[in-house]
Amino acid sequence: MKRVYLDNGATTMLDPNVIKTMMPYFNVKYGNASSTHLFGEEAKEALEKSRQIIAKSINARPDEIIFTSGGTESNNLTLKSIAFTNREKGNHIIVSKVEHKCIMKACKWLEKQGFNITYLDVDKEGFVNPDKLEKAITDKTILVSIIHGNNETGTINDLKKLGEICKKHNVYFHTDACQSYTKTELNVKKQNIDLITLNAHKIHGPKGIGALYIRKGTKIKTWQHGGDHEFSLRAGTENIHGIVGFAEAVKIAMNKKHIDYMAKLRDKLINGVLGIPDVKLNGPVGDKRLCNNANFSFKGIEGEAIGGYLNNKGIASSTGSACSAKTLEPSYVLMALGLTPEQANSSLRLTLSRFTTEEEIDYTLEVLPKIAKSLRKISPFWKE
Amino acid sequence: MYYSKKTLKRFKSPEFAGEIKNPDAVGQEGNPQCGDVMKIFLKIDKDIIKDIKFKTYGCIAAIASSDMMCELAKGKTIDEALKIKPEDIVNGLGKCPQ
Repeated sequence: MKRVYLDNGATTMLDPNVIKTMMPYFNVKYGNASSTHLFGEEAKEALEKSRQIIAKSINARPDEIIFTSGGTESNNLTLKSIAFTNREKGNHIIVSKVEHKCIMKACKWLEKQGFNITYLDVDKEGFVNPDKLEKAITDKTILVSIIHGNNETGTINDLKKLGEICKKHNVYFHTDACQSYTKTELNVKKQNIDLITLNAHKIHGPKGIGALYIRKGTKIKTWQHGGDHEFSLRAGTENIHGIVGFAEAVKIAMNKKHIDYMAKLRDKLINGVLGIPDVKLNGPVGDKRLCNNANFSFKGIEGEAIGGYLNNKGIASSTGSACSAKTLEPSYVLMALGLTPEQANSSLRLTLSRFTTEEEIDYTLEVLPKIAKSLRKISPFWKE
Repeated sequence: MYYSKKTLKRFKSPEFAGEIKNPDAVGQEGNPQCGDVMKIFLKIDKDIIKDIKFKTYGCIAAIASSDMMCELAKGKTIDEALKIKPEDIVNGLGKCPQ
């Protein structure tokens, strides 16, 4: 059976060149970067070279990058550490209603610790309105955290405008860029960003490795105690093979031709799927949408059922339906865009990568209309 | 997919999916908010369910359960069919995700 992977928003395949770059660090250059012998020096050299690559990719300095275990850790570290380190200044944090679950849950926990959180509304395409952000800032606000590229809807927020507002009010600005990194511009100076969450496994790097950009001078303390690794901000022996793989993945992904390639396939997919009757695209179109994201609502059919039939045809997808969530509630992200629970339950997300082929898109466009038709045939909400 | 083979088989080709023309009874239950709505069509003769069909808006488990329920109800009297319990459907399908 064909195997078509259209769930690159969940994770991606390792680029073979990334694997090749990582290999020596498992069994030849396997030293601990804190050791002073030749093995340690090799590891240290690889660590610092990788740090430079990540720093350069977002126009930062190498000493502003710390490696973490991934997006969830970087987001948790930012929210909790900025909150407690800057408590004297205030106890107010602003996020949007469409942040990743790890931001949402960290905020819920911080509320229990005495912090006030504002959850900003988004518009019907998923954008945070800069004026609404400015109005929400008070003299108690210490941090604003807004997702860059949304994992469900593909919406890319205007970091420059949001960053300017935060700078004007002297509030730290953090963005979760797990989905957008290398897929659209990310520039800490131009966009006035103080902290950025980055990770490797969404860009054909290994799982279990990520980074946090922290602007020089930011008041932040370690959240994980131990050795003096990562400028004493993140204790624990560095995951050198992961870090080397991450840097190699970034080097490859920074080539802009990949963005154009994915955007072209994405638009072919979107236009094809919108040819099916009563299908709605969720999120924006064009440059303000992640180049690899498509998200639809199919009237009258449930998202997990579509995914189940696609799976039978060898196509991997995902959905924002209640069935896929342990909470049995439809996606809060789609609901924040104003979708009805039924529309959110009827959603299907297809996410591409630079390894997705046009043939795979054609195959998907061949089977999807048939699946929609057969599921609608047994739907109580569908009339021919 | 972490569903049982039986569940997936019913989901893939539900035997009882569809509609009955001129049914003797029709019922609809569920809520699109939590993702599942089931509509049942019945043909009844002398208190016995002679034919049964369903239309379901829902996930893999919902479609497979609808089909299993129809199989269990077919040929039973109304009173007997009312005694079908969720456990009977689960037993017929095998493992479902929690």
